[in-house]
Amino acid sequence: MEAINVYAARLVSKKEYFTPGHRACQGCAEALAVRMVAKALGNNVVVACATGCMEIISSPLPFTNWKVPWIHVAFENSSSVISGAEAGVKALIRKGKRIDKGTVFLGMGGDGATCDIGLQFLSGAFERGHNFVYVCYDNEAYMNTGVQRSSSTPFGASTTTSPSGKVKPGQVTWKKNMPEIAAAHNIPYVATACPSYPFDLLRKVEKAARTKGPAYVHILSVCPTGWRIPPAKAIWIGRLAVETGVFPLYEVENGKYRINIEVPEIKPVEEYLKPQGRFRHLTPELIEQIQTRVTKDYQKLKAKTTV
Amino acid sequence: MGKRIGIENSLAAAEAIMMANVDVVAAYPITPQTHIVEHLSELVADGELDAEFIPVESEHAAMSVCCGSSAVGARTFTCTSSQGLALMNEIVFIAPSLRLPIVMILANRSMSGPLSIWNDHTDVMSIRDCGWIQVFTENGQEIFDHVMFAFRVAEDPKISLPLIVNVDGFTLTHVIEPIEYWDQETVTKYLPDFKPVNVLDPDHPVTMGAFGMPSIFTEAKKSQDQALINSKPGIVQAWEEMGKLTGRHYRPVETNCAEDAETVFLTMGSFGETVSIAVDELRKQGKPVGQIKIRLWRPFPFEEFRQAVQGVKKIIIVDRAISYGGPGGPVAGEIRSLLYGEDNMPVITNFLCGLAGRDVTPEDYIAMYEKSEAMKGIVREEDYIFYGVRE
Repeated sequence: MEAINVYAARLVSKKEYFTPGHRACQGCAEALAVRMVAKALGNNVVVACATGCMEIISSPLPFTNWKVPWIHVAFENSSSVISGAEAGVKALIRKGKRIDKGTVFLGMGGDGATCDIGLQFLSGAFERGHNFVYVCYDNEAYMNTGVQRSSSTPFGASTTTSPSGKVKPGQVTWKKNMPEIAAAHNIPYVATACPSYPFDLLRKVEKAARTKGPAYVHILSVCPTGWRIPPAKAIWIGRLAVETGVFPLYEVENGKYRINIEVPEIKPVEEYLKPQGRFRHLTPELIEQIQTRVTKDYQKLKAKTTV
Repeated sequence: MGKRIGIENSLAAAEAIMMANVDVVAAYPITPQTHIVEHLSELVADGELDAEFIPVESEHAAMSVCCGSSAVGARTFTCTSSQGLALMNEIVFIAPSLRLPIVMILANRSMSGPLSIWNDHTDVMSIRDCGWIQVFTENGQEIFDHVMFAFRVAEDPKISLPLIVNVDGFTLTHVIEPIEYWDQETVTKYLPDFKPVNVLDPDHPVTMGAFGMPSIFTEAKKSQDQALINSKPGIVQAWEEMGKLTGRHYRPVETNCAEDAETVFLTMGSFGETVSIAVDELRKQGKPVGQIKIRLWRPFPFEEFRQAVQGVKKIIIVDRAISYGGPGGPVAGEIRSLLYGEDNMPVITNFLCGLAGRDVTPEDYIAMYEKSEAMKGIVREEDYIFYGVRE
């Protein structure tokens, strides 16, 4: 697949390393994202997973959904744990105690684990330059604990700790731009992805794995439970996030920006907001405010694009 | 055995870690631990130690990195003190549940506030129940020896638990002492290669750190407790074998003049040496005084301790940490509970002293002895004394 660089459904491996039978909610696009990430990386990988939905749904003792070596230590530190695994294997190979199998080291966590409580850890791991891939599956709130807001929750979204009330419109801050923060570390590879665009996602994860040094993939993962949409709409909403410019799919390779999914005509942001229960309360003025911001951010990104 | 060298204890500790052929060191600087990690990074920079030195951005990350490296089968070391230990606390509790044999030197320092960089045992007492094997050392030689001991015991496949070597900050970390180095041959004989029980390896995938429902959590915890209890024979054996190789004999509970003593001092760590001077002096005065030192704090050596206090009428427990609003010091609280209901239970008097590095001299111990002798009637838990406090 690497050689021909074509991504078609029948060419994608049928092997699953994140197996069926996990306990995620119906329509969970995060579990889908993780499944694709695992598929893209194959079996020669060591995974460190943060506490969160993906951890609890896949490792209820004494069961596991992981066919690859997997470790969970705590919430904020999967980037540190994978740093240690990578460094340990490096030392062991150098000292002739372990064969070099070209294993990929994957750290992963949700938006809370990545953008909030684990930001320092991830920054440290990027700065130290470990050879690892970090995947953030971003469902824009602390879903595992009951839909509390994170710094990755978008403006206007109603969550259980940023509820829309008589005087407040839900979340009053703008979504933290985590891919830009990762790129600011001058790491060789940063990408955004969404399981609604599976081939783009697979390609990016494979590319991240081939990158020497730190690579970061930020995956928008639609959460029907927290976003208050029917489970069957998860893929459609993910596509709308891209088509409205809310979540552009791009990559930053050695500092060079490229938008991967070009949308011929950006749809109005309202089309993305309207179907979601978490935005139900938004007034036309607030939608306009969001539109302005999305347009500005998209233009800013476009301006950075050089390839 | 190797040669005897006059060297700062921290530097000797770092060289012992090098001789133990550590694979990964992850640490964040904090006084008074710094000299150990500085010297380790020098040894790596000079190519004398082939290891990954990971200068992490916090102690929390240090312990997290250690979990990752130990889980792939790398011999792993970290070192911290006080606030650093507090910051890594969350992961300190997780490491033994994952059965990861990480070795830590804890350069004991008081917990803030007020902020203090000096030595007492408030840091280690805050993690008393974390599930690590915990030992105390009294001088530079003991630190050096216990580095070898630590890796051997922690990585013993029958044990596979993390281990803390407690080293009093400044009092031990920053002094120069004559230390008998081991030769590399002895190290190799004593310390086998690390062969992890479980390892993160794509050829044999395992899941580590699973999620425990109430239906299985208690069983997981009971097995962890049992693992720590079961580590004791391996610990004792490691000391016995070290005795054969080095001529230095360590035991879970060590005594001095305790056989015929009516009153014994009980200490942990570097205070033991000062107490021995006081014991000599009191013996000269004809007082039936001895001392007991707890070397193995976890798993607690119940049998050896009961044996050591046979016939003793009074125990003067010197605590270097406070249980605010509780039963004085944590050591006294434990010992009382351990001896409760025993025939001829000794009277326990509890002194809190040496907080944040305040000197405690042999004369002070003699004064504690006299104060303790003068205490009449029942001595209750709440009768603990802040020794030497200005009021």
